[in-house]
Amino acid sequence: MSDSPAVTAHNPELRHHFADMAQQKDAASLGMWLFLVTEIMFFGGMFCAYLIYRLQHFNDFAAASQSLDITLGAINTAVLIGSSLTVVLAVNAAQRGKRKLLVFYLVATIVLGCTFLGIKAKEYTQKFEEHHVPGPTFHFIPTRMAGHPEQPPIDERHAEMFFSLYFVMTGMHAVHMIIGVGLFSVLTFQSWKGRYSAGYYTPIENAGLYWHFVDVVWIYLFPLLYLISLHG
Amino acid sequence: MSEHSTSVGFYVMIFIILLLLTATTVGAAFINLGPLNPVIALGIATTKALLVVLFFMHVKGASEKMIQVVIMMGIFFLLLLLGLALADYGTRLWS
Repeated sequence: MSDSPAVTAHNPELRHHFADMAQQKDAASLGMWLFLVTEIMFFGGMFCAYLIYRLQHFNDFAAASQSLDITLGAINTAVLIGSSLTVVLAVNAAQRGKRKLLVFYLVATIVLGCTFLGIKAKEYTQKFEEHHVPGPTFHFIPTRMAGHPEQPPIDERHAEMFFSLYFVMTGMHAVHMIIGVGLFSVLTFQSWKGRYSAGYYTPIENAGLYWHFVDVVWIYLFPLLYLISLHG
Repeated sequence: MSEHSTSVGFYVMIFIILLLLTATTVGAAFINLGPLNPVIALGIATTKALLVVLFFMHVKGASEKMIQVVIMMGIFFLLLLLGLALADYGTRLWS
């Protein structure tokens, strides 16, 4: 730490209340992680509600879950993991001071993020058409019940509860994605203008941390919402 | 400071492992393993989350140990929330 101030003291991005760039970067990272911990608790509350109701009404939740499109869900998981890769490569390009490569990976991330949101919109449209959206027009007939008369009948109200949780959890996740796409749009513009270099790329890194967190939330949402009791 | 030496190939390798784990979790969901199904699904999800947090979010080899303390605190309080709430609802036999 003691040898860096002489080198970095004149970096125009160094705020006057920090001793050097390394200290400024550590403070920004720590702040970002504290924010992500509050996000863990925000999503944690919803996961908690989901787990309690799933354990209480397992058959209804499994039947409702089977109406979701696993193919679209799996494609979206792959798209989101791909966008995490482009983010980490963008940070890598920023560390090496490659401006054009950084802009390319940021644009790729925005494209993948929008692809995810597009597929999500398609899934939501299907749910609206099937009247699986909670509300006065909600109606649910389980698809796999026909050949299984021995299964207990499905309680429509509990299926509605599954869809309420599905829309709240994926909806809040999608809101985070939209915010992330907005963040990366600003960062792409600033990177194109040459704001970030190998000596200063903290905003890219912190936006990346945010994006990876949103990815981790989806990594848990996918199996919990789409993959309940699929075997016949 | 090890993050500067991380190569593009390493990130691509983690990406491929994440895709393979996604395929595994979809495949495992179609096999009847009884009570093991959700355990495997959550186990694979946690493995994927760990890979993302350790290597994409650069927590492994982070220069700032305080970040690791903050993350452990976050996980601790999340488990406290889930654990105590489920212990409550799971033992309400009279309702």
